[in-house]
Amino acid sequence: MTAWLRAHYGASPGHLLGHLAVLAVVGYALWALLPGGGTARAINLLAWLLLGAVLHDLVALPLYSLADRAAQRATRRRPRLLNHLRVPAAISATLLLVSFPLILVRADASYVRATGRHVEGYARSWLLITAGLFAASALLYVVRSRRDRLHDAGGPSGDQRRPGAGVDRDRVRLPDRRPAR
Amino acid sequence: MVRPAALTRRPAPPGPFQPGFWRSPLRGPWLTALLGLALLVLLAIVIATGFLSHAAYNPDLGANAIVDRGRDLPLLSFGWPTRPVWLYAATQGLHVTVGIVAVPLLLAKLWSVIPKLWAWPPVASPAQGLERLTLVALVGSAAFQFATGIVNAQLWYPFHFGFVRAHYFGAVIFTAALLLHVAVKVPVMREAARTRRAIMPAARPPHASAPDGTISRRGLFGLVAGAMGALVVVTAGQSTGGPLRRIAVLAPRGGDDNDFPVNITAATAGIAPARTGTAWRLRIAGARTEQLDRDELLALAQTSASLPIACVEGWSTTQRWSGVRLADLAARAGRPDATSVRVRSLQKRGKFAQVTLSGDQLRDPRSLLALRVNGADLSLDHGFPARVIVPAAPGVHCTKWVAALEFAA
Repeated sequence: MTAWLRAHYGASPGHLLGHLAVLAVVGYALWALLPGGGTARAINLLAWLLLGAVLHDLVALPLYSLADRAAQRATRRRPRLLNHLRVPAAISATLLLVSFPLILVRADASYVRATGRHVEGYARSWLLITAGLFAASALLYVVRSRRDRLHDAGGPSGDQRRPGAGVDRDRVRLPDRRPAR
Repeated sequence: MVRPAALTRRPAPPGPFQPGFWRSPLRGPWLTALLGLALLVLLAIVIATGFLSHAAYNPDLGANAIVDRGRDLPLLSFGWPTRPVWLYAATQGLHVTVGIVAVPLLLAKLWSVIPKLWAWPPVASPAQGLERLTLVALVGSAAFQFATGIVNAQLWYPFHFGFVRAHYFGAVIFTAALLLHVAVKVPVMREAARTRRAIMPAARPPHASAPDGTISRRGLFGLVAGAMGALVVVTAGQSTGGPLRRIAVLAPRGGDDNDFPVNITAATAGIAPARTGTAWRLRIAGARTEQLDRDELLALAQTSASLPIACVEGWSTTQRWSGVRLADLAARAGRPDATSVRVRSLQKRGKFAQVTLSGDQLRDPRSLLALRVNGADLSLDHGFPARVIVPAAPGVHCTKWVAALEFAA
């Protein structure tokens, strides 16, 4: 039996049982969830259950990968700059992703109904945090670049010279550079 | 039907199906294993506290259940305790905060495995086909749980279904699919660890920095940790209180405020000020029925307690409440040994116009019909003329604008 399954199914009996059990749970949850409220509600629910994965895999991830490629091209002459852009951009984008209903004021009416206050100040906070992240990253970039230039100017005596020092690292494209995608 | 063997012989189409398309050298079983392990720890917290929240509503009592009784998981109904008083503030604060903080890890984990989505052939065997089907359930329900939970906590309801039931059954799908995924992937993780041990001596030292223009694995972990830390800073304060609350500038209930947060204003609940004035009476019913006005309630023995209001949306706030013990009112109604009390609000509509509290909850000496908070009368939005406050209970079970307490033997 096990050998037959391996040949025709491609895995062990436990694998088959486990996967069938999970599909049964999915069926149970949909059975408990879908009825009531009409077809439009059921379609809306199914769309929400499936669209998140589709939007992430086929829209969000390709888009941020393309943005990263564009950043790589833009920083080709100063490769070290790239991560100084990536890090603040990624953190800022994550904050936006998690808080965009407040930042973009998607639900002022229901916010007022619950809290008695308007949605206020979130866009400003996010913009200030974003500006702070990029400013800190830029400062770090300047400090690191200056430190390297001082090292380079310090002549061949220093033991702390790093491999690659002596060439202007910011202007040379390193041969083993493999940009992420 | 195309036989699997026929598919495998076909060359992969161009684009993302080609192995060279996904270029980052960081991706690999070891990176995915580390991200997956860290994510698993956080998800275990989120899942456990999520199902605990379901139990905290005491769905067996009265009309408390939001998820249809008989369709939820029966093992999760037990009497929710009243101590420690911060229990629900802690579990639900963790649920929401850890859920938010897990987002960067989830994104990084999905990024690390994206080439697998485009693996060629798409289905090499029935086993792999089933695996892919359950992965659709896993990733779909993960996105669903995070998206619905996060927007709900920000009071935005862009969907056409009830949040609680959908989030509950979404969690059932997600938990089952995750357990299976872990079972299938533990051997892969072990293998990744063994391979790494075997090749590490020959590999470059872990502290070696990546060439400029790429990011090292440590750099990626640093980035993910940085994003998680940023999310803690800007959201956790709405649950922890204290100095963190002021800097929780992206939390729905963080930042600076003079008063503690309100959930549902009197205007929204349709509480006409006339009904809360001198005409207001509290009806207590048990072996006998009695009507009490606010002065009569203030003349009864008053008890004070510092208790948190902890909302299902994750925020909480501890205040000093004072009022009459629910146990004293039970005795006054002739039911000192009441097994439950139905609390009715002046609020006519809405899921929480009435709530049933358990015998344990109503007998706790800190369970109050609060008349005052922090030394002043309750404000209308905080439930004037009287509200219930029960230690460790979800905020919506601390009924505001109480009209009647019906004690059942």
